[in-house]
Amino acid sequence: MAPAPPPNAPLLTLRRTAKSFGGVRALRGVDFDLQAGEVHALLGENGAGKSTLIKLITGAHQPDAGEIAVAGRTLDGLTPALAQQLGIACIYQQPALFPDLTVAENIGLRLEPAGAWRRIDWRARSARAADLLRRVGATIAPETEVRALSMPEQQLVEIACAVGAGARIVIMDEPTASLTSREQDRLFAVVRELRADGVGVIYISHRLEEIFTLADRVTVLRDGESVGTLAVRDITEAGLIKLMVVREVAQLYPPAESAPAGNVLTLRGVGCIAAGLTDISFEVRAGEVFGLAGLVGAGRTELARVLFGLTPADAGEILLGGQRIAPQAPPEAVALGIAYVPEDRRRHGIVLEMPIAHNMSMAVHPRLFPGGWLRRGAETELALGFIRDLAVKCAGPEAPGGSLSGGNQQKVSLARWLATKPRLLILDEPTQGVDVGAKSEIHRIIRRLAREGLAVIMISSDLPEVLGMSDRIGVMRGGTLTAVLPGHSDPHTVMAAALGQTA
Amino acid sequence: MNRYFREISVTVALVLVLLALAVVAPAFFQAQPLLSLVTREAPTLVVACGMALIVISRQIDISVGAQFSVCGICGGLLAARGWPLTLVVPASAGLGALLGACNGLLIAGLRLPSIVVTLATMVMLRQGLNLVQQGAFVNLPDRVQWFGLSQAAGQGTLVGVALLLLVLFGLAMRRVAAGRWVYAVGTDAEAARLAGIRPQLVTFLVFVLMGALTGLAATMNIVQSPQVQPLAGSGLELKVIAAVVVGGVAISGGRGNVWGAFAGLLLLACVSPALIHLHIEAYWEKAIQGAIILLAVVADGVRQRQTPGGRG
Repeated sequence: MAPAPPPNAPLLTLRRTAKSFGGVRALRGVDFDLQAGEVHALLGENGAGKSTLIKLITGAHQPDAGEIAVAGRTLDGLTPALAQQLGIACIYQQPALFPDLTVAENIGLRLEPAGAWRRIDWRARSARAADLLRRVGATIAPETEVRALSMPEQQLVEIACAVGAGARIVIMDEPTASLTSREQDRLFAVVRELRADGVGVIYISHRLEEIFTLADRVTVLRDGESVGTLAVRDITEAGLIKLMVVREVAQLYPPAESAPAGNVLTLRGVGCIAAGLTDISFEVRAGEVFGLAGLVGAGRTELARVLFGLTPADAGEILLGGQRIAPQAPPEAVALGIAYVPEDRRRHGIVLEMPIAHNMSMAVHPRLFPGGWLRRGAETELALGFIRDLAVKCAGPEAPGGSLSGGNQQKVSLARWLATKPRLLILDEPTQGVDVGAKSEIHRIIRRLAREGLAVIMISSDLPEVLGMSDRIGVMRGGTLTAVLPGHSDPHTVMAAALGQTA
Repeated sequence: MNRYFREISVTVALVLVLLALAVVAPAFFQAQPLLSLVTREAPTLVVACGMALIVISRQIDISVGAQFSVCGICGGLLAARGWPLTLVVPASAGLGALLGACNGLLIAGLRLPSIVVTLATMVMLRQGLNLVQQGAFVNLPDRVQWFGLSQAAGQGTLVGVALLLLVLFGLAMRRVAAGRWVYAVGTDAEAARLAGIRPQLVTFLVFVLMGALTGLAATMNIVQSPQVQPLAGSGLELKVIAAVVVGGVAISGGRGNVWGAFAGLLLLACVSPALIHLHIEAYWEKAIQGAIILLAVVADGVRQRQTPGGRG
């Protein structure tokens, strides 16, 4: 058997843990430890490495370097099954339960021994579920179908599973993101109870006030590194924000040489219940890059979809060039001169099986092909023009979109929308997943488009990018715009606005 | 790998079968039996053109056989009442378009899965026809058969119409913006929607077109005999779906063309006469057709795994 663990060893220790995906270094070297009976908060901006760290702890990924020790035992080759055996449980933001099964069945699936032919003792299953639910303070009948439960109730079922599995280490990934304050209080009570039972809780949240109410210690991640672990009572909110944010913005961004002219887009109190947006007001001028910053889930993509007519606004007014507009569908928005280059280009930006030329012409069929007849010549000409103009590296206009690198796919997606000759260009995470060279190329293109008089809204979770590229920065939080800041603002100010603090 | 690898390989297979027959059973190539064979397949080809569009747009329509029967009987009843063929043909195509529109409304409008919707409409149409017609044939006036022309001229007309439609669709899918939309919607409906295409409208219209073609094909069938059978279309849906799949139209949508479907149809249609000429028992026909379909699906599966960046 393994040697007995040293007494008072931390529940979990990570030393100099590193992990890369392809060429991207998600974690550069993280030190982290979790004691029994503590709530340890994990804090960092988008892309700081929190999710990767969780995946290493739950065994979903293996680290490239460094070590992970559970209860003093160094493990190499942690798998999800082993992690479960060691008492590691993770409660994700979106609970992973089977909606068509009952609560008792879901709990049974997690906790009962596997075996295709074993007999199921329904009475015991139900009794155990009821007991676990009571222990986490949930008033849910075990025979309820999970489909009928609210998100917080589903989280409680997940926690009940963790308790039932005898988890010693419980990871909670933004558990309060969709909770009301009453539900939040109940969740906090459950977390405190777990702590009292000697469980170690890793608590991930963007809400600083939660960290101050609940956590004992906090570790801040920045660019894949742990930059500090502190006792919560020893630190202020301003101090935490300072730790989270990169100190200087790299000087790689093209200068903003355009002089913004008149308003192209004006929003007054725009809201949309379906998209979770309320009372958004700002304007974007011609020749301006308006950066939209905020944490994931703050409502930035939702706002873009409202402007593009995908989920029409139901409150306030939108003015484009002084005219009141209410786009109800994308073709209408395109006709008005709005272009939206979506996030996740591999899903919606370009069609990988289609040739580059077809991809580029897709949004301009009515103009390029009057009467509906395809004009191959015009299409090829359009494609060649953009391939040259945006320096798309490809075998030619007939090459399939899937044969291109990420950066070049993004350029094709961009070309499709520039072909519509828009007045307003909305870019959603334009440089996500592209390499450094292509990234600065895309930045130069965006800058040039602004110089040519386009109004650009750039959504980005990359804070240095927003700071470096934007003439003005709108910060969103919880489905509304909380601040409009000048370009090259202090990163701390932007982060504080995104987190809802006044630092 | 060549973009048209699948179409080319089906055509090569077809040519090889024909060459083999030329050597082993030259009797296969006698003009009259061959013309009869091709004429019998002409209505199927028209339906297959529509089915190619349906499958490219990532849908399926298994009600075409039942639609074919209903349109055939209705067309036959009108002709028996003395309607001229110049009215019977558009009436039948119109009825087909209406039936297709019902499918399209349910599938595109309510976003229901096409396999379930068309299964339901198939059963309803088939049973409705049984109820009304009780299995009775419809006798046609003499002037209907072969359009009142000689048999050879009538056969020629039917084959000509089918080939004309094939060429029309083949060109339209490459030359008309609407053809591009069908591919775009079948590959990635959300991307198409973001690009300003209306996927639901495209889907609806494809089903309407499918119905109209089926109605037209039904009249191309009834002019071939003095009576209309109420079971004329049974099994047609499987035949055309098989032809389309063998011809390289991806069942997952977005890929393929009507030329491939044409080659696939001919390849499957050759099996039966080839067996007769080779003096092999006819029981083998379905087995061999099944093997061809399986081979085509396996080829697609292998290809999809090899294509980098393609849908998994």
